[in-house]
Amino acid sequence: MATLKALRDRRKSVLSTQKITMAMKMVAGAKLRRAQEQVEASRPYAFRMREMLRDLAENTQALESPQPLLIGTGKTDTHLIVIATSDRGLCGPFNSSLIRHSRKLITSFQGQGQRVKLFCVGRKGKEVLSREYKDLIVESFTEIGHPRLRFSEAQRIADSLLNMYEDGLFDMCTIIFNHFKSAMIQEVTTQQLIPVRVDSPEKKPSFSPLKAIYEYEPSESTILDQLLPQNIAVQVYNALLENAASEQGARMTAMDSANRNAGDMIRKLTLAYNRTRQAHITRELIEIISGAEALH
Amino acid sequence: MGTFSFSLVSPEKVLLEQDVSMVVIPGLEGDIGVLPGHAPLLTLLRPGVVKVYEEEKILVKIFVDGGFSEITPERCMTLVTEGIPLESLDKASLEIEIKNLLEDLNDSQTAEERKEADRNLEISRAKLLEIMAYQKAS
Repeated sequence: MATLKALRDRRKSVLSTQKITMAMKMVAGAKLRRAQEQVEASRPYAFRMREMLRDLAENTQALESPQPLLIGTGKTDTHLIVIATSDRGLCGPFNSSLIRHSRKLITSFQGQGQRVKLFCVGRKGKEVLSREYKDLIVESFTEIGHPRLRFSEAQRIADSLLNMYEDGLFDMCTIIFNHFKSAMIQEVTTQQLIPVRVDSPEKKPSFSPLKAIYEYEPSESTILDQLLPQNIAVQVYNALLENAASEQGARMTAMDSANRNAGDMIRKLTLAYNRTRQAHITRELIEIISGAEALH
Repeated sequence: MGTFSFSLVSPEKVLLEQDVSMVVIPGLEGDIGVLPGHAPLLTLLRPGVVKVYEEEKILVKIFVDGGFSEITPERCMTLVTEGIPLESLDKASLEIEIKNLLEDLNDSQTAEERKEADRNLEISRAKLLEIMAYQKAS
């Protein structure tokens, strides 16, 4: 049987753990609200960008110059996977489910005979993946987006991606991140970045007169030259924001249940402590009484 | 006079979304006035000022640092990297910024650095030009 002091100490330590989880939960909650606002603000741009690209792609009959970002390099040999994880831990299954998914993706691409390269954003993913796939990691960014992700940071990542693409280091690129549904639900999502996959490429309207025929200023290819890299940056930005909001959501949920578990434990320990104390008192009383009786 | 729907969006937020009677956007090859029923056009923007009109009156002037605009007869969709209301620009701090950027340009070693400094300089200069014009007018 544990002594009174040991019980009291344990209870105290669990109490301070609970304080920490409580504080983390509240901090995550506050951060979540901000991150959520940010992700919601970024969605219209990303959405309209896709719309614009779709209009362009539909109207594009014959390109004057080939656009590798739009149609690919014509090869599918090397596949770059961008894995967006968080820098901090203690956020439940957030990182582990991302990493599990990446592992599956890597094996499936390798199974198709592709060479896989990894691009890690976030410290956690880098740490875990460098244990297994050290040779595959070609680039990594950590400590991104603190306290708040700015577009220029996403642009930097996109620029480094585009440079690698121009140097012919990979043929296709997919980003993997957690899509933010709600504080409780995050969904691991994979999105192909390069070549750009325009929604419904199959149903190309056969030149309907209703469909607007655009004029371009200065020229179609100049616009595409600007629009396509910008699109990559925007998609990366959006993905990272989704990820940031998901991270806070996951942390909040994880900390909430940790907080509840600590509460349960405290209740049990308090009960055990009080029982032991009572037993102690009772025993002492018995000793006194029986001692007194013995004197008579 | 009719109106059309205009939206000005940056990656960080929706700057403006409403029905307007005219907008003037800074196209790469010159300002473009957009009225309802404009012919479909896709254009690049240079750093400059977007002027939004409602019934002959200027509603807002927003400085944008370049982007894209898609115009159809019913709507005008403008995507920019950053938009700042013109009146919140400050002349004195811009002049300092330009000085710093000029130093950056001189210090730049790689072609990439030079390109970036060049672009920022162009944006800041356009800002200065617009704010000066704005102050003279008002």
